[in-house]
Amino acid sequence: MEAQDIRSRLTALLTSIAPDIDPATLDPVQDVRDQVDFDSMDRLHFAMAISEEFHIDIPEQDYPRLGALQKACEYIQAKLSAGGSSPATGA
Amino acid sequence: MQIEFRLPSLGADMERATLTQWLKKPGERVYRGEAIAVVETDKGLIDIESFDDATVTELVVAPGTRIAVGTVMARLSGEGVAGRAASEPPPPPAGAPAYAPTPPVAPAPAAPTPAAPARARLSPAARRRAHELGLPPEALEQRAAGGILHVDDVERLAAEAKAQASAASAPDARRTMRSVIASAMARAKREIPHYYLGHALDFGAAREWLTHYNAALPVRERLIEGVLVVKAVALAAARIEGFNGYFRDGRFERSIAIHVGTAIAVRGGGLVAPALLDADRKDLKTLMREFSDLVIRVRSGHMRSSEFMTATITVTSLGEDGVDTIYPIINPPQVAIVGTGCVSERLWAHAGSAAVRPVLNLTLAADHRVTDGRIGSRFLKTIAELLAAPAKL
Repeated sequence: MEAQDIRSRLTALLTSIAPDIDPATLDPVQDVRDQVDFDSMDRLHFAMAISEEFHIDIPEQDYPRLGALQKACEYIQAKLSAGGSSPATGA
Repeated sequence: MQIEFRLPSLGADMERATLTQWLKKPGERVYRGEAIAVVETDKGLIDIESFDDATVTELVVAPGTRIAVGTVMARLSGEGVAGRAASEPPPPPAGAPAYAPTPPVAPAPAAPTPAAPARARLSPAARRRAHELGLPPEALEQRAAGGILHVDDVERLAAEAKAQASAASAPDARRTMRSVIASAMARAKREIPHYYLGHALDFGAAREWLTHYNAALPVRERLIEGVLVVKAVALAAARIEGFNGYFRDGRFERSIAIHVGTAIAVRGGGLVAPALLDADRKDLKTLMREFSDLVIRVRSGHMRSSEFMTATITVTSLGEDGVDTIYPIINPPQVAIVGTGCVSERLWAHAGSAAVRPVLNLTLAADHRVTDGRIGSRFLKTIAELLAAPAKL
């Protein structure tokens, strides 16, 4: 999946959880919580939405890696390519 | 039997509400716990549920009218519920409240309602999204118009409904919410002689148990720390008397049912504290699902009257990003509120040596007209003991 596609689906998920956020104003390398009103319950719902939208498992200890949009995109991309390319090896 | 259906008080701080929409029309049957109308309050849109099994005979108030608490909104005829005191909150709904699939009596600005009961044609992802956004699938049925709604349709409809709901009051919403909180808290501080207790506890056992429990589960089914706290507070309130109930008319009325109010931040500022009903009798999984659902509905502005009328004790948390300790104010007519700060790693004496442990500061604000610090201390310690053995929660 293209990075651009992941990014746009990710911002759609974000605004569905926090409709008052304007994604255009967000700095992609900074944690979302440090920029707008986004609390721990929002973060949990964000992780839930990402997991279901992209069909990936997100272990609890990885939640912090979803904080900034840029990092979250990279995380999802890594998960998707790991899942897609390694069914034979199981790695 | 003729029943006057009145606007209930949805909290000590509420005096008025605006009727947004009727969900029932004359001649229709309404069941106890079923939503009969939607009103807009300073806390957002709230479904008002019937206290009785009855038939609607007359709708007295027209949508768009601003009415005071206690105003007769409709007349019903039915059996009533024998033995129910007038002031008693209505029972919790048996399940999810049924959205009446009827056309509104008068043109209403809220979500459209279908003409006949039918299953909405939604893609599975759209159905999930509608659920997350707090939109009843039935409300979307009409929009499907023979086609199938997808996620983006659902999101567009949710945004429209939200915009309509808040169009009139958006600029003032924050100020109104603030003044509502101010008046309730001023009343609490004026009338309730608070005493405060604090207790730090090793949260390690709870955290380890949670990590283990969550490891095998998909994100949606995982538990959060706050749910353990709610359950522990509910169980402690069942064991130790004097913290669960209301102080009214100069005396404490103990409540047997334990409905734990949970303070939830509202987008744009302010907070509300709707209840998790019968929290002492539900398992963690159920509580988590209801808690998550409650947060989504608070944020999307669709709450139920029973959740506002029934909290018998409140829990407030600063969340993962907060400071160590919160000193909360009691939400009248309740008599106790338990606060939890942020769990943080601290140097802690553990098993005879110094260790770094996750530590949680629990606080209690309670009403001196009902209890003293000695029993408050027992209450707080009971909560701590319950959290130390999370597998039993």
